[in-house]
Amino acid sequence: MSEQRPATTSPPPPLRRAPASGYIGGVCAGFAARLGIDPILIRIGFVLTLLAGGAGIPLYVIGWALIPAEGPERPVVSRLLTRRDTWLVAAGMACLTLAAVLLLRQWGVWFSDRLTWPLVIVAAGGALIWRQSQAAPEAREDKAQLPREAVNRVGIGVALVVGGALLFLSLNDSSVRDAVLPVAVALIAVTIILAPWWVRLVRGLDAERAARIRSQERAEVAAHLHDSVLQTLALVQKRADDPREVAALARRQERELRAWLNNTRPAGTATLAGALESAAAEVESDHHVPIEVVTVGDAPLDERATALVAATREALVNASKFAGPEPISLYAEVEDGRAEVFVRDRGPGFDPEAAPADRRGVRDSIIARMQRHGGTATIHSTPGTGTEVELVMSS
Amino acid sequence: MTSVVIVDDHSLFRSGVRAELDGLVEVLGDAATVDEAVACILELEPDVVLLDVHMPGGGGLEVIRQVGEKRPAQRFLALSVSDAPEDVIAIIRAGARGYVTKTISGAELADAVRRIAEGDAVFSPRLAGFVLDAFASLEPVEVDPELDQLTAREREVLRHIARGYLYKEIAARLGISTKTVEAHVSAVLRKLQLSSRHELSRWAVQRRLVD
Repeated sequence: MSEQRPATTSPPPPLRRAPASGYIGGVCAGFAARLGIDPILIRIGFVLTLLAGGAGIPLYVIGWALIPAEGPERPVVSRLLTRRDTWLVAAGMACLTLAAVLLLRQWGVWFSDRLTWPLVIVAAGGALIWRQSQAAPEAREDKAQLPREAVNRVGIGVALVVGGALLFLSLNDSSVRDAVLPVAVALIAVTIILAPWWVRLVRGLDAERAARIRSQERAEVAAHLHDSVLQTLALVQKRADDPREVAALARRQERELRAWLNNTRPAGTATLAGALESAAAEVESDHHVPIEVVTVGDAPLDERATALVAATREALVNASKFAGPEPISLYAEVEDGRAEVFVRDRGPGFDPEAAPADRRGVRDSIIARMQRHGGTATIHSTPGTGTEVELVMSS
Repeated sequence: MTSVVIVDDHSLFRSGVRAELDGLVEVLGDAATVDEAVACILELEPDVVLLDVHMPGGGGLEVIRQVGEKRPAQRFLALSVSDAPEDVIAIIRAGARGYVTKTISGAELADAVRRIAEGDAVFSPRLAGFVLDAFASLEPVEVDPELDQLTAREREVLRHIARGYLYKEIAARLGISTKTVEAHVSAVLRKLQLSSRHELSRWAVQRRLVD
């Protein structure tokens, strides 16, 4: 109802836009409230001016820009700000497009003046849709809570794009007779309308995937801690009266957690170093003597390496019987195919020449095993300094 | 008596180390954060700082860096539950003179502290293993054998440390003096810190990724 505007701005009771009850900027609603009539009447009048050449549009924009909104005590002040922002962006986009079009025309890069207004309108509508779809992230969670204005703005954006497209088609109708142009225009319009949602959808999917991966990782960590650390802590509490057992439990758990944290070979992976580490872990949990494992280099676990691991295991078992509380050291070095393993305990040691029969037996089994696979085993020991078994498997 | 400051964000662990070191070395104080540690070290001027590697606010590396600006001669012994190679190599290259894991016994720790205070280096078996592995697997691209390779003797000493031998046992086995063993270890430490090869750090990261 733009025709009434000059008459109604002058009376003493101030005219206020009513954005909360309006569809666009609340100008029509404001007039209706001021006049005390149903806003639908004013809106119908406004639409009529559109059909009669569009004179209402600039008047409406002026009215929207000049008439202040209802009092600032309303709780939607912040929303008002975004609203104005959104409209400003759309208007700015339209002006920019117009400027660009005029510039092109000035330069002579031009084919038809009939392109100008459709382009400007579509640009404003596209900006509106885009802006609205990007500026309401909090509305994403709950569609039902989308503010009505947002929906309206998007609706107007869509209407502008569609209107621009139709205007373009109607202006060009006479010159182009085939069906290609309408289809192309329709496609462009649909693309402009749907692109923001598509972008948002993709972003949303990305965010969702990231969140899902995070929660999966968290669940995995939680599951691992449940299966391992919490179980062990429960066992430790139960066995609190047996310090050796508790220490062994703690060490086994430490070893396992470390392997998991360092992302090192899972148990059973076929390398020499991995096999030595799991052999040490087994002996440690069977015999309750700490074993410090240090490995340098690595090699695939072939038949000879398997024999080396078996011999090492024997040596570890043997050492753990005599080591006392001091840790056993296991050092393995693989270089150029030559593997060396040292198993050292800090037990009482013995004189190899006068070894007791049972020790000799184990020793022989280690030595015999190594020799069968082309390796050597040497035992160094003197009473009082502990024992070291040296296993060498050369290529 | 050698004086130390304990830096660790774990209060239970701090009091545990204090109790273990009681009577063996003089514990001047302890600190739980990087800022606290820097202030504490600069004020108390201990012979050796026992330094945790992982702490909020930059960890042991940050403490070494900040103290190093004011007191470059300060000696650090890294003490950590972590035995990840990149942690170990990083803290040694930052300037720590040794690295031991938290499972070390009180007597051994006190011994390590005294050794650091005297200017020597302390390698745990695992650190020795890392160093051997790093220097063995690196291709000698740059020709600087002074820094980029270990001598046969240094390798021998490191291998014995990795096998669990104490310095004096190594000396006895190799027929050299304990001082000579210490000199070899210090030389290796110098190479670790001064070697210009970035491969060392890359090795540490790769080892963890590849293993």
